[in-house]
Amino acid sequence: MDILNGFVAFLNFVFIPGLAYGSQLALGALALTLIFAVLRFSNFAHGDTMAFGAMWVILFTWALQSMGISGGVLPTALIALPFGIAVTCLFTLGTDRVVYRFFRQQKAASIIMVIVSTGVMFIMNGLTRMIIGTSEINFADGQRMILAANDFKQWSGLNEGLAIKTTTLITVVVTVICVAALFWFLQKTRTGKSMRAYSDNEDLALLSGINPERVVMITWIIATALAVIAGTLFGLDKSFRPFIYFQLLLPMAAAAVVGGLGSPIGAIAGGFIIAFSEVFVTYAWKKIVLYLADVDLAPDSLLQLLSTDYKFAVSFTILILVLLVMPTGIFKGK
Amino acid sequence: MPHRNILLFAAVGMLFVATGLFQSWNLSLQILNIGVLSAIMALGVNMQWGYAGLFSTGIMGSVALGGLAVVIVSSQPVPEGWALGGPRLLLGLGFGVAVIALAVFLYRRMQAGRARAVALTAVLVIGFFAYRAIFDPAAAGIESFNPATAGNIGGFGLPSLVAWPVGAVFAGLAAWAIGKVALGLRSDYLAIATLGIAEIVLSVMKNEDWLARGVKNIIDLPRPWPVPYEVDLQADPAFVEMATAWGATPIGASTIIVKLLYLVIFSLVLFGLIFLSERALNSPWGRMVRAIRDNEVSAAAMGKNVTRQHLQIFIIGSAVIGLAGAMLTSLEGQLTPNSYTPLRFTFLIWVMVIVGGSGNNWGAVLGGLLLGWLWLIVENAGPVAMAYLTMPLPAGALKSHLIEAAPHLRLVTLGAVLLLVLRFSPKGLIPEK
Repeated sequence: MDILNGFVAFLNFVFIPGLAYGSQLALGALALTLIFAVLRFSNFAHGDTMAFGAMWVILFTWALQSMGISGGVLPTALIALPFGIAVTCLFTLGTDRVVYRFFRQQKAASIIMVIVSTGVMFIMNGLTRMIIGTSEINFADGQRMILAANDFKQWSGLNEGLAIKTTTLITVVVTVICVAALFWFLQKTRTGKSMRAYSDNEDLALLSGINPERVVMITWIIATALAVIAGTLFGLDKSFRPFIYFQLLLPMAAAAVVGGLGSPIGAIAGGFIIAFSEVFVTYAWKKIVLYLADVDLAPDSLLQLLSTDYKFAVSFTILILVLLVMPTGIFKGK
Repeated sequence: MPHRNILLFAAVGMLFVATGLFQSWNLSLQILNIGVLSAIMALGVNMQWGYAGLFSTGIMGSVALGGLAVVIVSSQPVPEGWALGGPRLLLGLGFGVAVIALAVFLYRRMQAGRARAVALTAVLVIGFFAYRAIFDPAAAGIESFNPATAGNIGGFGLPSLVAWPVGAVFAGLAAWAIGKVALGLRSDYLAIATLGIAEIVLSVMKNEDWLARGVKNIIDLPRPWPVPYEVDLQADPAFVEMATAWGATPIGASTIIVKLLYLVIFSLVLFGLIFLSERALNSPWGRMVRAIRDNEVSAAAMGKNVTRQHLQIFIIGSAVIGLAGAMLTSLEGQLTPNSYTPLRFTFLIWVMVIVGGSGNNWGAVLGGLLLGWLWLIVENAGPVAMAYLTMPLPAGALKSHLIEAAPHLRLVTLGAVLLLVLRFSPKGLIPEK
């Protein structure tokens, strides 16, 4: 029985949160790595694209709610999502047209593109703060829990409860759908193939008649859609705070590098590696260990490797280890 | 210096004069002091980016480490707290460093393969738990002493001026550690890695209460020699007499005098650094660094060790930023970890360098003063201007929202300025010669 209790506690406090966070990171890292593969720079405005997009989703959610439309048991934000993606896509395509295209045609060094993206980051960050403010916003509505801890306890007769939030399940399901759709697109469609060709060898792709501006445009649209979805899911699961998205840049970049910059499958693997490492290292294991082993622990020991405040240190350490040991990442990126 | 540059500096000077005339001299001097410190930070970033082409996003970390140095060197000692675990704490930290050194040693000396992986993992895992076992009780002991006012190891109580070079050393050491790992790889990796180290430095400062009281802040840090305290000046009859003779109130005069003294010290440091940077840039060393920046392959072919030079200049640049960070904390008289944000202390400094002119020391200084002024004046004047602009609007939610949002307008403005400069005048206001 204790083993079962320990297992349920593990699921509840480690596995499920890690899975949800990993899905969010994977989507974000996927967008980052796509931009890198096609446009060849690390987009520092990425975190703020997520914030900007999530903000529009919130605004549309409020508009829908005021019109009396809601998602029923599901969050209304899911209905607002396509509108948010559309507006954010218009914005990123605008920045590409006005800002990035010039530097691309100049064949500017990738580090210049990085600096340019910090300029875009400033603008998006300022706009987000001006439009929606800086306070924390909860915009998840609908049914809160799919499985409540108490229901599970009654059903199973265990001491430990297993709780699954609606937003957690939505996060995982949406991630699976997005990843499947993206891989189908990249592998099977003509446009997807042209994107991969352009990413592998720009000159050859141009010679075979691929229109580079079209490839770039589609990359921006896909990356923006992924970023907005990731941003919205993160905001639904936790809460929306404009500052937090900038800080997600480090774990997402680490995920992309761990998997291999430019490799979509690597970005997904990297997202889960980073998320689970973070949860593993910052979780206080005392409860689970007490179920599994009959040990005598000091009352103040939590069996926590690092306090949660140092979760950045986890992604950073993994990033550094990968840079030292295998700079191209697990899936041999660029 | 060409006439154009003198005109540019005069124009920026006029901005400060205008602030003094139309707002207050107190505010103008306050902004100028911060501007001079920003200019020093910009000099440091200019060394990294302008001379050597290194893009680091960890400037905030260097600034914060400089501030930490002030706390450690010049805050008042807390002997009771130290007695509760100080030596053990040092032992723990020393042990941690030794574990890492041993791991690096094994990594270098052993053949790549399973044996090395096992040995490294064992050393690091056992080392980590042993470190926690030594360190945790020490930290808990120190934090248990009088947490309302102390709860930390305290400082050495030395003068502030001593702390400034220590700040440079702290930032330089951190730069050495990060540079050893991230330099020599793709240029983006340095950007990502430094972003991480800056966040970690800040989390340490926020959460390790034994060190500098974390978010409980350290206040009452001493002022650098020879800056007096306003209250002492106001209590001094000679000063009051002098102030009244000049037709000023003692309170007003004392705040101005204090700010002017800060300005003199900061300017001396700034000019010293400009002198040294100009000499270095025009020496064989400077030419070599620029040659590496412009063409790494051919510089390497000429026998220059590119990675080593990058590491060297990365450390020097970070040390200059750390120095400015220490001076900033001395100016504010307190260390507040929550006030360090990447936008203000990393990306704003970048915009200063790029707008001023990458690769040119005077450009970096001009950018620092100009944007330092802009950043603070928009914060003060933005809501006022927005109130004027929204005068025709009826009082209501929209109007108050617009006025509330006005301070954030500076982020948009700065982003737009950066993009415009990069696009239309990538060499900046004072281009590299």
